[in-house]
Amino acid sequence: MAKGVKPRVKVPKTAAVGEAITIKTLISHKMESGQRKDGDGNTIPRSIINRFTCGFNGENVVDITLEPAISTNPFFEFEATVPESGEFQFTWYDDDGAVYETAKKITVE
Amino acid sequence: MELTRRNAMILGAGAIVASGLPLAVAAASGDEQIAAFTGGAEIGTEGVTLTAPEIAENGNTVPIEVSAPGATAIMVLALGNPTPPVATFNFGPLAATQAASTRIRLAGTQDVVAIAKLADGSFVRATSTVKVTIGGCGG
Amino acid sequence: MTKKAWALSAIGALVLAGTPALADPVDATLILNEDIEITTRTTAPDHLSGALDEVMSGWLFRGVETRAMQADDFDNPGMIFVEKAEDLWNAADGAEGKSCADCHGDSSEMSGVRPVYPKYVEAAGEVRSLEMQINDCRETRMGAEPWKYTGSDMIDMTALLASVSRGLPVNVAIDGPAQSTWEKGKEMYYTRYGQLELSCANCHEDSYGLMIRADHLSQGQINGFPVYRLKNTKLNAAHSRFKGCVRDTRAETFAPGSPEFVALELYVASRGNGLSVEGPAVRN
Repeated sequence: MAKGVKPRVKVPKTAAVGEAITIKTLISHKMESGQRKDGDGNTIPRSIINRFTCGFNGENVVDITLEPAISTNPFFEFEATVPESGEFQFTWYDDDGAVYETAKKITVE
Repeated sequence: MELTRRNAMILGAGAIVASGLPLAVAAASGDEQIAAFTGGAEIGTEGVTLTAPEIAENGNTVPIEVSAPGATAIMVLALGNPTPPVATFNFGPLAATQAASTRIRLAGTQDVVAIAKLADGSFVRATSTVKVTIGGCGG
Repeated sequence: MTKKAWALSAIGALVLAGTPALADPVDATLILNEDIEITTRTTAPDHLSGALDEVMSGWLFRGVETRAMQADDFDNPGMIFVEKAEDLWNAADGAEGKSCADCHGDSSEMSGVRPVYPKYVEAAGEVRSLEMQINDCRETRMGAEPWKYTGSDMIDMTALLASVSRGLPVNVAIDGPAQSTWEKGKEMYYTRYGQLELSCANCHEDSYGLMIRADHLSQGQINGFPVYRLKNTKLNAAHSRFKGCVRDTRAETFAPGSPEFVALELYVASRGNGLSVEGPAVRN
């Protein structure tokens, strides 16, 4: 598991039925592109988050494939509509096999 | 291509314009990525928006936004990068809009392309040229 | 970001590309999280009389996307490191088994500390930077190893301490026991260094607002430090920036944490007395 990886998400606590809510996510990660060289001229191997998913009560909102051209500390912003109260699940998949997860509850009024 | 003197001159001029051969090579592999995504289908121009700064203060962190109402997926490519693919956004049933923002790396001034797969299975593309500036101070 | 902001960006970009004379700092207001209004330009402190009339944050010299990134704590990648430091703040360390919070309480209790550093510390008999004071706490109160001056734990902690003071005016003392250090810093500011024979003032007092290649020269204010740079995608300490600047003059540079840079930090901070603390700011 890469060191110091910390996921952050921003989701409103409440929403109306059918309302488009804005979600922002950010995870601290170097996103080593595989293009850089170290001081000795050796290529630093690629090590990135290669996939991010957001689901709600088991249904998909977005499923994103990331390539090395995504900046360090990957940031995403998108919109979701939720039919009922429940929980968003956020999952980041690392090249090294690690999976980082976090969840946020939302109340639909 | 047969390497005639004329071709060599064209190649040479192209290299200067594109500031180096790797860019041209990358563009070719960008075409392959696009073909893999579309299955070689015709690509229209209406229905996808790509928003990117005209001038990026630093190529390491360039904010972009893609939007294609009704799309199931949007692929983003940076044609001048050593590896052109940037990201593919797949939108699920709970996505309120088929739009997303992120921050990307650009190796230099180049075209960024977004290709959306619309609900009817057709494909559309949008292109945006981003100038990447080189600052005076290394820090 | 709104569509309007993007449109403005395009206009700004054209202006920058076409006419260098118009590369003035923008006329814009920075409000953090739609809550904290930041003073990004104000009347210069008295000691700058004859040099500058107005002092301006580096924020005014950046592009619209970069400026927008700082306006919201979620969009600002520097805030990840503030969150990391919050964990450090509450974690016990060293032989005494104490955390920062054990003595100081909640990190928000430290509001008002960043704006007055560097300052003369009576007990130490010297002017100290915030980093020096943090390491003093670690060594004498916690019995812990000092942090590397610009190491990640230290820079994260300075970002946390800056963040809880955002909106407060920089207010370093330049008289009394701090005066001799301040004078030393001032002398450095106007001394030409390196093969290019450039002083801080040549770029940041005489030439701010002009383009140096594609880079927009600011006044070199440090009220936004530590800054998250788009270039290296991490937090950068003021002393690291000083080091980079001196190196760019093709000089042998001073070390971060050296008495020279502490003196320079006090002087440069004093040039921004009255500007709001912004750290962690976002820069290119």
